[in-house]
Amino acid sequence: MGSVLEQLINGLGTGSIYALIALGYTMVYGIAKMINFAHGDIIMVGAYVLYVTVVQFKLPVIAAVAITITFCAVLGITIEKIAYKPLRKAPSLAVLITAIGMSFLLQSLALLIFNANPIAFKSIINVKTVKIGDIAVSGVTLVTLLVTLICMIALSLFISKTKAGSAMRAVSEDKAAAQLMGINVNKTISMTFAIGSALAAVAGILFVCQYQSIKPTLGALPGIKAFVAAVLGGIGSVPGAMIGGVLLGVIESISKAYISSELTDAIVFGVLVLVLLVKPSGLLGKNRIEKV
Amino acid sequence: MAMLTIKDLNVYYGVIQAIKGISFEVNEGEVIALIGANGAGKTTILHTITGLISPKSGSIDFEGNDLIKIPAHKIVSLGMAHVPEGRRIFAELTVLENLKMGAYTRSDKKEIDNTLEMIYKRFPRLKERKNQIAGTLSGGEQQMLAMGRALMSHPRIILMDEPSMGLSPLFVSEIFDIIREISESGTTVLLVEQNAKKALSIADRAYVLETGNIVLSGDAKELMNDDSVKKAYLGE
Ligand SMILES: Nc1ncnc2c1ncn2[C@@H]1O[C@H](COP(=O)(O)OP(=O)(O)O)[C@@H](O)[C@H]1O
Ligand SMILES: [Mg+2]
Repeated sequence: MGSVLEQLINGLGTGSIYALIALGYTMVYGIAKMINFAHGDIIMVGAYVLYVTVVQFKLPVIAAVAITITFCAVLGITIEKIAYKPLRKAPSLAVLITAIGMSFLLQSLALLIFNANPIAFKSIINVKTVKIGDIAVSGVTLVTLLVTLICMIALSLFISKTKAGSAMRAVSEDKAAAQLMGINVNKTISMTFAIGSALAAVAGILFVCQYQSIKPTLGALPGIKAFVAAVLGGIGSVPGAMIGGVLLGVIESISKAYISSELTDAIVFGVLVLVLLVKPSGLLGKNRIEKV
Repeated sequence: MAMLTIKDLNVYYGVIQAIKGISFEVNEGEVIALIGANGAGKTTILHTITGLISPKSGSIDFEGNDLIKIPAHKIVSLGMAHVPEGRRIFAELTVLENLKMGAYTRSDKKEIDNTLEMIYKRFPRLKERKNQIAGTLSGGEQQMLAMGRALMSHPRIILMDEPSMGLSPLFVSEIFDIIREISESGTTVLLVEQNAKKALSIADRAYVLETGNIVLSGDAKELMNDDSVKKAYLGE
């Protein structure tokens, strides 16, 4: 019984990281109606920035984390401005290909600067493993759960209670009507990319503290898993991304432990297909038929 | 000098010319009706005025501001509100959140609350439903919300695009009563309507639009008695 709970908690830990990344996919989709395939690579950039600031510049952890988050937020805004904004009226296929190109570009830049050899990274989270009865939860997992929870609450409050959050919801529903209200659509889109990328940076930090190794392709796998999580939860839906991410992590962890670690990815995608068959818009998605 | 002056406006969708060199003006305090059949170009004109579409040529002067040079999101703070065709309320926001979006560019919280109270007085139904998700309102209520949302910016001129479209006769009368009230409270109104009879009955002057051209203009009461208008738009 204890080990089931342990697996569940570990699953919640990885699921939280998926959820943080999935939020970026879903928010950007909601507002810009595009899948930002370079989003996963922001995690990788975050990991390298953390490495440079902590290991090379020996900055205090708080400063390093702040710089990492800021760097990624600015990177997100910049990517949108130079790569996606000129394509706002272009066919969605052109945007998709640009996003994939942007993903390769970020990975190539990392390859150029840091080369392909994985860099070992010592976790910046120094919290001891907690034992409750026969359940052991690692300090990294605990911090991951806590940080994710705080991020989700803060984001939910921001979206539902603030003027900027309402403006974001208005823009994602109807850009022209939002402009008639005086809302600057470009600024709102920039803000969405900034928030999504900042959350990806947080996910990147938590991710490298868990896996303690950095390489240029580090963002690819969690990126694609988080994308699946966003679709599972209903792309465009913020609570959907949260639930989708957490669910994915738990399914993964349980099936790894009790079914087969080789079949895990097959099971994850199986669940996705099943959910989409029953509810094409995802768990919390709007029942809107969308042509892609 | 008129409050709003449109001169030689030409608007294209790709190669198709939707507005063909039209000019007209709106004086402060007037109710101006822009009438014409479906596809005549009424919505295109309003969208061009509030910056949602860029014209190929022409000028739009609003109290000394050249609106063509001003981005769409900066126009409402000049004192011009636009109630778009099909209402375009934010269906997933609550009624109150929609109204607050209307006051997005205003910062004085006390004045915003005063305007909100005034709007609740004019549209009691919106007050009753303030915490309801806007998409669940009836068509007539959504139109009231769209108008209330526009009034939240405290505009000096309000542009309305077919506010009576798709509404039951009871709601249509109510909407036109409200437009008259808005005008009487000192706000200038530019009203686009297919319901020519109702529009002419509350307007001071009117312009008749046909395939991108203004074909007739003048005093609303006179136009109501014009034989060609009667035949084409009033079904008499
Ligand atoms: N987005 C658009 N793309 C191409 N043509 C359009 C578009 N919107 C309107 N039109 C065309 O422009 C003309 C004027 O349309 P519109 O301004 O909507 O007329 P109205 O509001 O008087 O019904 C019509 O012929 C219409 O088909
Ligand atoms: Mg129209």
